Amino acid sequence: MDFQTAVFFFLSAILVFASLRVITARNPVHAALHLILAFFTCGGIWALLQAEFLAIAIILVYVGAVMVLFLFVVMMLDINIDRIRQGFWNYLPLGALLGLLMVLEMGLVLGSKYFQVPAAEAMVPAGVSNTKAIGALMFSDYVYPFELASLILLVGMIAAIVLTYRGPKHSKYTSPNLQVFVKAKDRVRVLQMPVEKD
Amino acid sequence: MDALMNFGTGIFGGAWPAVWTLIKIVLIVAPMMLGVAYLTYFERKVIGYMQVRIGPNRVGPWGLIQPIADGLKLLMKEIIVPSGANKGIFIIAPMLAIAPALAAWAVVPFTDSLVLANIDASLLYIMAITSMGVYGIILSGWASNSKYAFLGAMRSAAQMVSYEISMGFSLICVLMVSNSLNLVEIVNVQDQGRFAGLGLSFLSWNWLPLFPMFLVYLISGVAETNRAPFDVAEGESEIVAGFHVEYSGMAFAVFFLAEYANMILVSALTAIMFLGGWLSPVGFLPDGILWLFAKMSAILFLFLWFRATFPRYRYDQLMRLGWKVFVPICLIWLVVVGVWMMSPLNIWK
Repeated sequence: MDFQTAVFFFLSAILVFASLRVITARNPVHAALHLILAFFTCGGIWALLQAEFLAIAIILVYVGAVMVLFLFVVMMLDINIDRIRQGFWNYLPLGALLGLLMVLEMGLVLGSKYFQVPAAEAMVPAGVSNTKAIGALMFSDYVYPFELASLILLVGMIAAIVLTYRGPKHSKYTSPNLQVFVKAKDRVRVLQMPVEKD
Repeated sequence: MDALMNFGTGIFGGAWPAVWTLIKIVLIVAPMMLGVAYLTYFERKVIGYMQVRIGPNRVGPWGLIQPIADGLKLLMKEIIVPSGANKGIFIIAPMLAIAPALAAWAVVPFTDSLVLANIDASLLYIMAITSMGVYGIILSGWASNSKYAFLGAMRSAAQMVSYEISMGFSLICVLMVSNSLNLVEIVNVQDQGRFAGLGLSFLSWNWLPLFPMFLVYLISGVAETNRAPFDVAEGESEIVAGFHVEYSGMAFAVFFLAEYANMILVSALTAIMFLGGWLSPVGFLPDGILWLFAKMSAILFLFLWFRATFPRYRYDQLMRLGWKVFVPICLIWLVVVGVWMMSPLNIWK
């Protein structure tokens, strides 16, 4: 077993453990933390495949931004884990069926000829920047799917704002713009008064 | 150098490359920690003089041993874990705060050959690693089981995520003009141009053509490190000490180290991205690592100067600055740089 394989098995073991803990941890914050660990390890495995751009992107986007907000929400919720677990045995058959289906689908995809690329062929020749190659492909061959995906994301973003928007607030409000640009002249008036003589 | 390599291979055999890397890591981290210690001393002295005080002057000559004494004191103190705290996360949180600040140094170049790991996508690596620094703060706030700590953590999470966006956009402008994600390459590109040819290379550094981005990066850097005037996460006058209110002894000291290590990191990155790194400002002086240190010190002095000068931002004003001022400026300048590069006036060829 060469070094790379050893690292792969090490990372995979952590990934499987972390993923299991995500669904078994009793504390939702612990579950979220294990999800972060899972993303990070996943980035490690991608880096092992010489896909350094994807590896760094998953850490930058998921670990650095998405999970921060996720943790933010999970911390503020008061989740009663026992009540959530009540229906476990009722839902188990349906869940198991879905799980089996997903395993089957993944097996079909991974077993197809598109994934049977020899390792030597998949290796990137030295001196080619991963990021540049992905960027060039993204804005040439895949420009329409890419723009479509960003459009869908934009629609999702606007939809989320519309769903949570509760109409204009009629509370007292001072514009920070006016506050920031305030001058001493506007607030304090220096008066020249004649000295009162009596 | 070859003699050293042969000597090492003789002693450690096949394990020598790993040992040599460890030695290099120690050679980076140890001076950095010393730098952190003396940055605290520098800060107290600078702010002291700005406030017409003397600052620490009792321990050693001119108070020079003060940071060592402070460190020893914190090392001796007990670490108190509050009742009801989540103990594991409470202990891990300070480590999560300092680890990214140290790990980022792996790709920071000191000169064009003096860099631990000269990887292709070092700029992306830095952005990814530094974006994880927020976890130490959020988790410490949550695990402390304290209202003030939790408020500090919430403030910090929102603030750091917001300012990361403008920071990322300003770095996108830098990578556009340098046509590379490699930090060594980014510095080398700044050595070319009309002014560099005239011997005035400080005018061809990125700060001049990307001036708005330079300001955005510098200010976002202050916000990312939770320094005054953006220190709402600590906010002594509002929420006691924010996220680390329950920490004592060495656990507190680690948070302190992380904050200052992050300051040094941000100043190093600003020097590399916008101020030409190790390049000398004028043609007749040689380039060298001392220039990098001089630029870093100047930026660190700015950090301290800000702290002594500006009152703390109110929370809504801070969010407004990040989202309604910096993000639009970045988006506009991104388009300006793109058009500039495609026009005949392109200066980065």
